[in-house]
Amino acid sequence: MEKDKVELVKNFAFNLRKNILKMAFEAGSSSSHLGGALSIVEIVSFLFSYQMKIDKKNISWEDRDRFILSKGHACLAYYAALAEIGFIDKNELNTFEKDDSNLLGHPVLNKKLGIDFSTGSLGMGLSIAIGLSIAAKKKKKDFKIYVIVGDGENNEGSVWEAAMSAPNFKLDNLCVIIDKNNFQQTGTNKEIMNTESLSEKWKSFGWEVSEANGHDIIELFNFFEKKSPKPKLLIANTVKGKGISFSENNNDWHHAVLTKNFYEKALNELETKYK
Amino acid sequence: MIINDRNIKMWSTIGQRATLGIAALEIAKNNKNLIVLTCDVSTSAGLDRFRKTLPEQYIDLGIAEQNLIGVATGLSSEKFDVITTTFAPFQTMRCCEQIKVNLGYMSHKVCMVGLASGLALGTLGFTHSCIEDIGVLRSIPGITIISPADSLETIKALDAAVKLNGPCYIRLTGTSNNPIVYDKDYNFEIGKSIKLREGSDVAIFSSGSSVNNSLKASELLSEKNISCTVINMHTIKPLDTKAILEVCNHKLIVSIEEHNIIGGLGSAISEFKSTLEKSPKQLFLGIKDVYGKGGTYNHLLNKHGLTPEKIVENVLKNLS
Repeated sequence: MEKDKVELVKNFAFNLRKNILKMAFEAGSSSSHLGGALSIVEIVSFLFSYQMKIDKKNISWEDRDRFILSKGHACLAYYAALAEIGFIDKNELNTFEKDDSNLLGHPVLNKKLGIDFSTGSLGMGLSIAIGLSIAAKKKKKDFKIYVIVGDGENNEGSVWEAAMSAPNFKLDNLCVIIDKNNFQQTGTNKEIMNTESLSEKWKSFGWEVSEANGHDIIELFNFFEKKSPKPKLLIANTVKGKGISFSENNNDWHHAVLTKNFYEKALNELETKYK
Repeated sequence: MIINDRNIKMWSTIGQRATLGIAALEIAKNNKNLIVLTCDVSTSAGLDRFRKTLPEQYIDLGIAEQNLIGVATGLSSEKFDVITTTFAPFQTMRCCEQIKVNLGYMSHKVCMVGLASGLALGTLGFTHSCIEDIGVLRSIPGITIISPADSLETIKALDAAVKLNGPCYIRLTGTSNNPIVYDKDYNFEIGKSIKLREGSDVAIFSSGSSVNNSLKASELLSEKNISCTVINMHTIKPLDTKAILEVCNHKLIVSIEEHNIIGGLGSAISEFKSTLEKSPKQLFLGIKDVYGKGGTYNHLLNKHGLTPEKIVENVLKNLS
């Protein structure tokens, strides 16, 4: 991957984090899912700024790659990405979780904003993605389908119904990224429901499984470049709350209020680090 | 579909389930955009010929109903017409939240067909019988619910549901040898009930396999000089409230259904009726919020007061 492209993704990620913090701060006492949004920033940035076929001038372009944020609570990263590519007006980000907003705490289907599906009830996104993948094959279209699933989300039985069916239908146009930040709502995966050996589990279901650092642009690039006749899955090792010292690996920031003090501290840190 | 005496008799003999397969095949032959999804029930749904004739339009998801609704949603989102089918409890309740989010909240156009709902599978117990599906789905905004009165109406309902611009549930009831309510072609419109008999004393509303028993009961009642209006409320949601208003001059309204009396057609009628200043008393016939022991279809219909004779008995009690 060319150096300038890497920088482009990094810059996109920097903007995403800034806007995620801003939305979280604007949400005030409504609170927001900060930790799980920050852990997918590089993945979402890579997808929206480099990997996915998107027509910025035609939001519903039929041949666009499809994206599903199955871990819908991480929508801050999704909204920020859609704003970055111009599908959501940046001013609209300020309406996050406000009365009658288009941007609630979980994505709500809105074709005008580029949000193709309402998600947030965990374990449902992958099945929809399989429907999209089959549809692409039937229509003889070559668009790809990308889905981000949480590691805690793997607790849901429906994930495994879907996991079993994608290889059955030989869906080589489907790509899943598991955000393995090792936490879920009330504790670590280990404490709540052990999701160890996810890699072996998915492999045994017939997926082409890779592992990578979910914050490393080159590692992400290498994964997405790989071709396989099987559906592809990345176990992206990530850090919950990534990018801000006080929220990294601190599950208090799973869903929390970002006060003015913390917001300013975080922003400061971010700017210093990026420069 | 050629609607003639011979076919109507044949469809009646094979019942609503097997008729579904024939109807789906006919629709799919002319609509290459239609895909049928099942959960390992091709033979139960009369879809074996469909599977062999149009494999490109048929997808078996295995025994995984949550995935069924998800995959149907993805296909619908890409503008395919989608029919999903499996036995009614699994079609509606195993995947209820997927139905809520994908078909209700997001309004994806999927036509779900619940097989052998009501008491038809009574010998298999209440894991397979289904007396809750209407109640469960009626509480999800935006989903049309249809329960066809016979095999011909099953064909008509499926055709209309595939053309409908929104999610729909078709509830199939009864066994093979499904009694004929309609012996010739007629006009079927979603949301518009059909008056099968005009009377002035008792107004009977029913749907699905209960329609034929309601007609038989009305004949027995007429022998006792009680005249009945019988209405086939094939669409339970949206409810044809006009049809209810029209019979408010009757002495008694009766709702008859192979469903729990909580949440079904009777509930829907009474919800509307309670908004009126004046309306007749309502008799709820159906399963009275119990499971109890299983058994053969006719045994269960009798036990739950749904045979023509039991309907008559209950109506008489409530008229005096």
